[in-house]
Amino acid sequence: MGLKSRVRWRQVKEKCIAQFFQWNGILAIVVLFGIFSLLLLEGIPAVKALGLKEFLFSDHWDPTSPERESYGILALLVSTFMVSFGALVITIPIGIATAAYLAEVAPPRIRELVKPMIEILAGIPSVVVGFLGILVVGPVITRLFHVSHGLTALNGAVLLAVMALPTIISISEDAIVSVPHEFKQASLALGATRWQTLTQVTLPAAASGIFASVMLGMGRAIGETMTVLMACGNAPSMPRGYLDSIQTMTATIAIELGETVQGDIHYRSLFVIGFLLFVMTFVVNLISDLVLEKYRRMWQR
Amino acid sequence: MTRARRKVQEWIGFASLYFAVLIVVSILGFILYDIIARGYKVISWEFLTQAPRRGMTEGGIWPAIVGTFWVSVVTVFFSVPIGMFSAIYLVEYAEQGRLVRFIRLAIRNLSGVPSIVYGLFGFALFTLTLNLGLSVLSSGLTLALLTLPCTITASEEALKTVPMSYREGALALGATKWQAIRTNVLPYALPGMLTGTILSLARAAGETAPLLFTGVAFFLPSIPKFPHLLFEQYMALPYHLFIMSTQHHEIVKVRPLAYGTAFVLILLVVLMNGTAIWIRYRFRRKYKRG
Amino acid sequence: MPEIKIRTKNFNFFYGNFKALSNINIEIEANKVTALIGPSGCGKSTFLRSLNRMNDLIPGTRVEGLVELDGENIYDKSIDVVDLRRRVGMVFQKSNPFPKSIFDNVAYGLRIQGFKDKAFIARRVEESLIQAALWDEVKDRLHESAFAISGGQQQRLCIARALVVNPEVLLMDEPASALDPIATQKIEELLFELKKKYTIVIVTHNMQQAARISDWTGFFYLGELIEFGPTEQIFTNPKNKKTEEYITGRFG
Repeated sequence: MGLKSRVRWRQVKEKCIAQFFQWNGILAIVVLFGIFSLLLLEGIPAVKALGLKEFLFSDHWDPTSPERESYGILALLVSTFMVSFGALVITIPIGIATAAYLAEVAPPRIRELVKPMIEILAGIPSVVVGFLGILVVGPVITRLFHVSHGLTALNGAVLLAVMALPTIISISEDAIVSVPHEFKQASLALGATRWQTLTQVTLPAAASGIFASVMLGMGRAIGETMTVLMACGNAPSMPRGYLDSIQTMTATIAIELGETVQGDIHYRSLFVIGFLLFVMTFVVNLISDLVLEKYRRMWQR
Repeated sequence: MTRARRKVQEWIGFASLYFAVLIVVSILGFILYDIIARGYKVISWEFLTQAPRRGMTEGGIWPAIVGTFWVSVVTVFFSVPIGMFSAIYLVEYAEQGRLVRFIRLAIRNLSGVPSIVYGLFGFALFTLTLNLGLSVLSSGLTLALLTLPCTITASEEALKTVPMSYREGALALGATKWQAIRTNVLPYALPGMLTGTILSLARAAGETAPLLFTGVAFFLPSIPKFPHLLFEQYMALPYHLFIMSTQHHEIVKVRPLAYGTAFVLILLVVLMNGTAIWIRYRFRRKYKRG
Repeated sequence: MPEIKIRTKNFNFFYGNFKALSNINIEIEANKVTALIGPSGCGKSTFLRSLNRMNDLIPGTRVEGLVELDGENIYDKSIDVVDLRRRVGMVFQKSNPFPKSIFDNVAYGLRIQGFKDKAFIARRVEESLIQAALWDEVKDRLHESAFAISGGQQQRLCIARALVVNPEVLLMDEPASALDPIATQKIEELLFELKKKYTIVIVTHNMQQAARISDWTGFFYLGELIEFGPTEQIFTNPKNKKTEEYITGRFG
């Protein structure tokens, strides 16, 4: 009888242990959901008070104005997209070219050398990049374009390009490496040059993987805070061009939360901005996920 | 297309690839060179071990180093075990199905959430709701959430490197599931999990946005003793760099100090990342053979 | 009256919807070597793994019918699987020593059961290595890595590892398939000795091996037990045509 109860105790213990691990596993979902709900709950009263139309489509963001407070985030939205888009324009060609080099051209020694370098680049803190943006990129911009100072959208775009590069490079490289050898060989056997094979067979075959990497890079750019905070000038008005100072959504939260009163409209509207950021990066990540899933299944033969 | 034209096209094409890589490597090189060259001059024993004086125009960054250290410790203290446990669930216990797919989706999405959003969430949850106030603890917990996807993924990778035969062999000898994991899987996965730990440490040390509302301060004249310091505000290297380069009243004068701060920060982060990468490459090769 | 150690009654095994084993009725006699032969993929290994419920680890599997060890159905809900696996040990096809020392490999089974007495463990390890005919070869290097010995020695190490917990039955899945003839011969000689203490069920591709070492033989084909009987009878006078065709090499 003693044996039986010992066995039962052991089985109960094993079950508890399994349950413990399951709770830890589910934690990721809980956190994701928690962030979503908290942002929503804190922010909704502001949207109710201000009206969604006014909030989204007015370009006047002036929550601390003494005469008329305004909470239009259009300028902020545009600034965020502007600087991210600019970053992508710079980083996509360089990133894909580098990925193609690493995947197809580089001798193994160089690959082993460059890949860690990319990882280290990915690890450079955003403050440092912003710091160099102020001290290095800014003066270059003032000299090149004859403007008064270099804290502009262009500065932000360049810096974000640097920050998004590692993401695009590593995921594109994965995608290109996954293209089956048979395609390359068939193309070469037909008399195509290596370059033709690369551009007309390999890269198109890796297209959806590369697309996913671009999506993730965009997510990174949209979500960056310190870099744009330091290098873009923080003028919350609607930008007219890349040489204007801008204020992104992320920078807005960073600058202004400290100045708000907890619970008031300004405070809550920052949570709404946070919620929008969350949704944007969520959507971008989801798209990238689905595309990568399809891509992986395509080559799983 | 004539052969000549094809050759030219080929040459230009691959040259542009080389050029792209050169650009990327140069960017990294430039960043490191600029910071190291200009920051190196400022580094001295005094700089590293003294507190700032005279409105930060003199003195050192010791409190910022201490602050970054403790916040990172709190981060790792929470993030690594939970990351390990989640990974154990995903690899060893979970049945592959919808739940696991959702969890993996959640993890990937969490890694894409902007750091300022984590800061907002951490502020609302830890600083306000849980009443931890502006403290090392609040910031550390916030960063723990931020680094969680990283530790989970690194731990998962580590667990997957352990061959199935170790588990099966143990079970066939009459080990319970947890015994098999504890004695025959975890010990061999630990080096890989170490990589995850170091990576999340490096991340925690370099982040600024999550700290902004959860406790970081620019100037704190004295450092409280452990464990009281966990509940107090603190200084941190990245935030120090941020303020010194954007909001100090004597920006030009403190520029060298800013470079010094950047130097220390970069050194820390690059060393940690480099170590993690090195461990991972060596570890992968070791188990490919054994 | 020969003692029956394991008896299956109308045993069916499913991988999802696929019926891998149909209506297996077999009686494994105690302290004898029973060989299971048949072409690849016909369910021999699946059946073997059902005897210590290692198939439980594969998701989506299902069983019908009974498998009785000493008269008790091992698939009954009240059965402790962990204890079952101690009583019914397994040696895998590809030798899989743990990345520990030779001593720690053998001692593993005792340690997970909670035995802590160092003297006891050392004694049991020595006994098992002797039984596995490996003691003389490794007694001076017990603390070296298990990977430092040859493939044949590693396989005997795995046998010792399985023996240390004092099982009643030893299941062996093609134990010599990866070994050279000399190492194979050593394993076969070992089985002659081991069957005095243990009941042995061995899956093998090698018909000559089955003929050499087993007392009973079962022929599996497409998930069914086509014929089962004393080894000599199966190989000299098979009752089923399919059995005869396989044995004479007509297919397989």
